[in-house]
Amino acid sequence: MLLGYALRRFGVAAVTLFVAVTLMFVMIRLVPGDPVQILLGPRATPELQARLTAELALDQPLLRQLLIFYGNLLQGNLGVDVFSGRPVTLIVLEQLPHTLRLIFASVLWSVPIGILLGAYAAARPNTLFDRVSAVISVGVVAAPAFVVALLSLLLFSVHLRWFPAIGAGEGFWDQLRHLVLPAFAIGLSWIGYIARIMRASMLEVMGADHIRTLRALGVAERPIVLIYALRVAVLPVVTIIGVGVGFLLSSAVFAEIVFARPGIGKLVIDAITTRNYPIVMGAVLMSTALFVTATTVADLINAMLDPRARAGK
Amino acid sequence: MTVLKSQSRSSQILRAVLRDRLGMVGLVIVTLVVACALFAPWIVPHDPNAMNIQDRLQGPSLQYLLGTDQLGRDIFSRMLMGAQIALKVALPAVFGAMVIGMLLGMIAGFGPEWLDSLLMLVFDTIRSFPTVMFALAVVALVGPSLNTVILVVMLTSIPTYARVARTQTMSLRSADFVMAARAAGTSSPRILAIHLAPNTVGVLAVLMAMDIPTVVALEAGLSFLGLGVKPPTPSWGALLKDGYALIRQTPWLIVAGGLPIIVTTLGFTFFGEALRDAVDPKVKKGR
Repeated sequence: MLLGYALRRFGVAAVTLFVAVTLMFVMIRLVPGDPVQILLGPRATPELQARLTAELALDQPLLRQLLIFYGNLLQGNLGVDVFSGRPVTLIVLEQLPHTLRLIFASVLWSVPIGILLGAYAAARPNTLFDRVSAVISVGVVAAPAFVVALLSLLLFSVHLRWFPAIGAGEGFWDQLRHLVLPAFAIGLSWIGYIARIMRASMLEVMGADHIRTLRALGVAERPIVLIYALRVAVLPVVTIIGVGVGFLLSSAVFAEIVFARPGIGKLVIDAITTRNYPIVMGAVLMSTALFVTATTVADLINAMLDPRARAGK
Repeated sequence: MTVLKSQSRSSQILRAVLRDRLGMVGLVIVTLVVACALFAPWIVPHDPNAMNIQDRLQGPSLQYLLGTDQLGRDIFSRMLMGAQIALKVALPAVFGAMVIGMLLGMIAGFGPEWLDSLLMLVFDTIRSFPTVMFALAVVALVGPSLNTVILVVMLTSIPTYARVARTQTMSLRSADFVMAARAAGTSSPRILAIHLAPNTVGVLAVLMAMDIPTVVALEAGLSFLGLGVKPPTPSWGALLKDGYALIRQTPWLIVAGGLPIIVTTLGFTFFGEALRDAVDPKVKKGR
């Protein structure tokens, strides 16, 4: 049953990726002009242009070009950097850990707070705490991460000088200090998201039959909440974290620019300004793959924890 | 649905929004932002693009309420004008996405199953691109401009509208009044236009209100990166871009670019949520 679900879910993921890659191919071809010119930009050498023409098989029919495009991707070949000639795959993989570390740090501090906030509010619905936390949740969700990043850079780095303004730092503690502000900016709106989902899910669980039975049996409220309800109510959060990776990836792009940190976002923006298109496309494809993988894994974990999810879709 | 009935329904919704305290706050903010956007050219104290090098990088004063930027332009005037730019991008983008999304969603929900599966696959794929990454890819290929931003926002939010329209259409497909219309020999396009569309628009309007913050933030974000509107257009994102470059000289550019974005998002979110609760009382907070 679970295996069947997993296979079907992987199938969907594979098809999604396939369509995404094809869309990318179509997008590059839809832009008027010579694809080689567009992909390499004005600064490319003639040798590089000739090499790419051969690699993309531009002299061949369109369908064959598409097949060669797929073939290159399957071999992990995303083309080469216009300036250094190094493989794009390698360059993106070098930058990826910085971004992942940032996303991980953001999730690590914001998700527990969001879960606690949501669960606590749901255990006391319609109290002052519940209402205040609801307003705070909406408020932090509404604040775009890059605005929070800029404001916190202004306040905590430039004016108060509590935290460093630029770079990723050297050594463990210094790196951690450099992570604080970007992770704060990215994670803040996540507290709101998680709290709201957790609250809704918790309210639903608290009204479920098995919880009512426990109450009828005279079990105290605290163990009901902590042991029985929380465990089930936390499931939707797991799925949301998977979907959230894409969301956090977007926020991370901005946080990396604002705090001048290395990472995928910085890589892409620098590549756009220098018209280094192979890097742009490579990074976009890699992050899409990352996103699809994250949602798939989240769904699988959810299916493992909650048998109903398997039957659902 | 008679006109009379729909009128009372919309006034009912409005009253419910006004009764919700946060919804009220949201409505006030939304009204303010829209008024700013509409009347900006007349209420700005200075020409937002007029340079005055002698008065550059000044702090707040009575003459310049939020000080001046590196070219001596009045930051307060640029901030007010920014509201117009934000809505100029947000409204067409959201509206376009809603119309296309509704159309595709209704086709998916009403048409043959293979078409439904195909459309859903395309929607899921678009959603599988991280939004900002997708936006960056398009900007890289097409080049930055106001229209590019609108296009990207439309493309990325069409699936959301389509999904909701599809669900709504499917739940109404076998409703009595649709069956009756079909038995009377009404054609499918006519059923979609007359019976299903009016019943879908309400839910989508709520989505639109909730979607505007995302769009405003994306436009500001792209402009902040230098990939959105072109200078000297006074978008909030452009203010932030200047403010970031001058962060050690003046804090006012970041304040003038950042706060309106947060306030606008908050306003539309509060308003949108109150609207949702009013349109669909089932999802009301307390549950």
